[in-house]
Amino acid sequence: MRSIRARLFFILLVTTGLMWLSATLWIFFSTRAEVEQVLDARLMEAAKMVSSLVVNQEIDPDRPAQTKARIPVLDHPHYDRQLSCQIWSLDGTLIGRSESAPETTLSAHATGLSETVINGETWRVYAVENAELGVRVLVGDNLRIRDRLVNDVVKGLLFPALLIVPLLATLIWLSVGRGLAPLRKLAGDLAARDASDLHPIGQTAAPSEITPVLGALNGLFSRVAGARQREQNFIAFAAHELRTPLAGLKTQAQVALASNDAEIREKALGQIVAGVDRTGRLVRQLLDIASVEASETARATAEVNPGEMLASLRTELLSHAGRAATIVIDPDLLALRVRINADLMRLAARNLMENALHHSPTGGVIRCSLDRSGASTTITIDDEGPGIPPEEMPHVTERFFRGRFKAAIGSGLGLSIAELALQHAGATLALQNRAERGLSARIVVPNDLIV
Amino acid sequence: MRVLIVEDDDILRDGLKVGLALAGFTTDAVATRESADAALAAGSFDAVALDLMLPDGSGIDVLKKLRDGRDDTPVLLLTARDTVADRVSGLDMGADDYLGKPFDLDEVAARLRALARRSAGRSTALVEWATIRLDPARQSVEKAGIPVRLSRREYSILHALMSQPGTILSKATLEDKLYGWQEEVESNAVEVHIHHLRNKLGPGLIETVRGIGYRLGGGN
Repeated sequence: MRSIRARLFFILLVTTGLMWLSATLWIFFSTRAEVEQVLDARLMEAAKMVSSLVVNQEIDPDRPAQTKARIPVLDHPHYDRQLSCQIWSLDGTLIGRSESAPETTLSAHATGLSETVINGETWRVYAVENAELGVRVLVGDNLRIRDRLVNDVVKGLLFPALLIVPLLATLIWLSVGRGLAPLRKLAGDLAARDASDLHPIGQTAAPSEITPVLGALNGLFSRVAGARQREQNFIAFAAHELRTPLAGLKTQAQVALASNDAEIREKALGQIVAGVDRTGRLVRQLLDIASVEASETARATAEVNPGEMLASLRTELLSHAGRAATIVIDPDLLALRVRINADLMRLAARNLMENALHHSPTGGVIRCSLDRSGASTTITIDDEGPGIPPEEMPHVTERFFRGRFKAAIGSGLGLSIAELALQHAGATLALQNRAERGLSARIVVPNDLIV
Repeated sequence: MRVLIVEDDDILRDGLKVGLALAGFTTDAVATRESADAALAAGSFDAVALDLMLPDGSGIDVLKKLRDGRDDTPVLLLTARDTVADRVSGLDMGADDYLGKPFDLDEVAARLRALARRSAGRSTALVEWATIRLDPARQSVEKAGIPVRLSRREYSILHALMSQPGTILSKATLEDKLYGWQEEVESNAVEVHIHHLRNKLGPGLIETVRGIGYRLGGGN
């Protein structure tokens, strides 16, 4: 059953019905027992009374049976002929009987309570023997009448039930509907919401049963709002970071077109070339971020040799870098094997090495080294640049953050990409200023990834 | 006309500085909020081209500080954040105009001229005094309908004087209008340029107020 209302309705109706039914059964049996007890007592009393009448000679046992003493019975429309009485002599002659009593003996038993079937009807009989007068008094009543009495009681109980059950069903249906009103209201509120409306739903007025759902929903809203805010910031920054260099390129191109001075034109064209390089790199980095973020699923890992990877990055980067720096790679790194996604590792290493190169002074040394002493393995890239001012340290991995010592070609994305890529690869990035001048960028790899 | 360019992107800043100079402006350029505040405190700019996203803060803060100091220098916001909400908040903060990146250099120049003109209380683009007519957009000058060729500095001095007719401008003020910070001021340059202007446009146009400066005269 998909609907809570239908389910509650069904459950309530069935349990109420069962309760009613069991109450009826209980009353049926207890009434029957009670009626039996009362009527049996009456039988005994009546039998003893008749017996005492015989003793007082009011009924003469010697009188011929033909005259048939009559015991008057009050006329009652429903319970007429309730009691039947027979008086037998001990030798088996019927001395007298009441009008409703059958001709045949009501009981074969000499004394006490018994049941006899006569003409298909069951009689409950009490017998008293008066040995002194030589008579046996039998008083019985028809069980059909007893049953009718009990049935009337039960009917009296069931008949109103038949009238009340539909009324009860209607009431249950309406009350359950009313009880579920807060859910309907919540659904209505949510349906009426604008897609961008991620404000939490008020929980104070909500019934306590809905509060956990609201709490979970509000938690989800705040997570979605956070993700959306980050996305919007990213788009706003990306727009700024892309449109600004484009504005620069256009302005420099217009300067080159407008000026007749060869020196100004040459400088403007040089700026355009530098601007295109920078914009190209920015576009590449934005695409890198998008591709790292796009796939949340686990990536294929392979055995990577960090030393060889750094050496090939060195060749690639030094071939375009205008700045002459020396990159030294510790031979220990060549012996290391890490089980990691090669693309992510290379992306991180490339951005860290570019960052080191952009900030290195001319003739500076960038040193890549390995530390396996700790609980995890650390691949360090140390440069001799200005380092990161302490107050900027918490922000340097934010996207598009460019600090005080920004590089001319920097986009503010390099460290952010390195951190993101390492996170996705199962490693972490740690940045620290060196005691001597420069930044120490560390790729920290858990030892279980080391082969 | 002297403008301050506040833009953190090196290539764009350089492009604006050179490009606006070619369009006849005297330009100074800074990259940070801090240096923008310092430059504006030193004063004497006819307009400011202001980027919103600066490495050490927002251009809005620069603008707010300027307006809080009762400085009405016209400000043109240059920004990549080009939504309606951004424009509205920029203009509400006291900016005079708004231009989204990437823009056209000629449009930046035209808007800066328009801002400077309006702040000087004029609504037409042409500046006239007696028979002299100056067209800031084309950097051209005519006397009685005949074009007169002026050097960039001569033009700047004439533009400064004609923008505030009747006001006496000191030699230092005129030097400010002529030279950016990086440029070295030649000691008697203003006198030389005034001399040339009198030769080209008639001796009575520019009066010397002894000990104070220069102003426009009868212009015959």
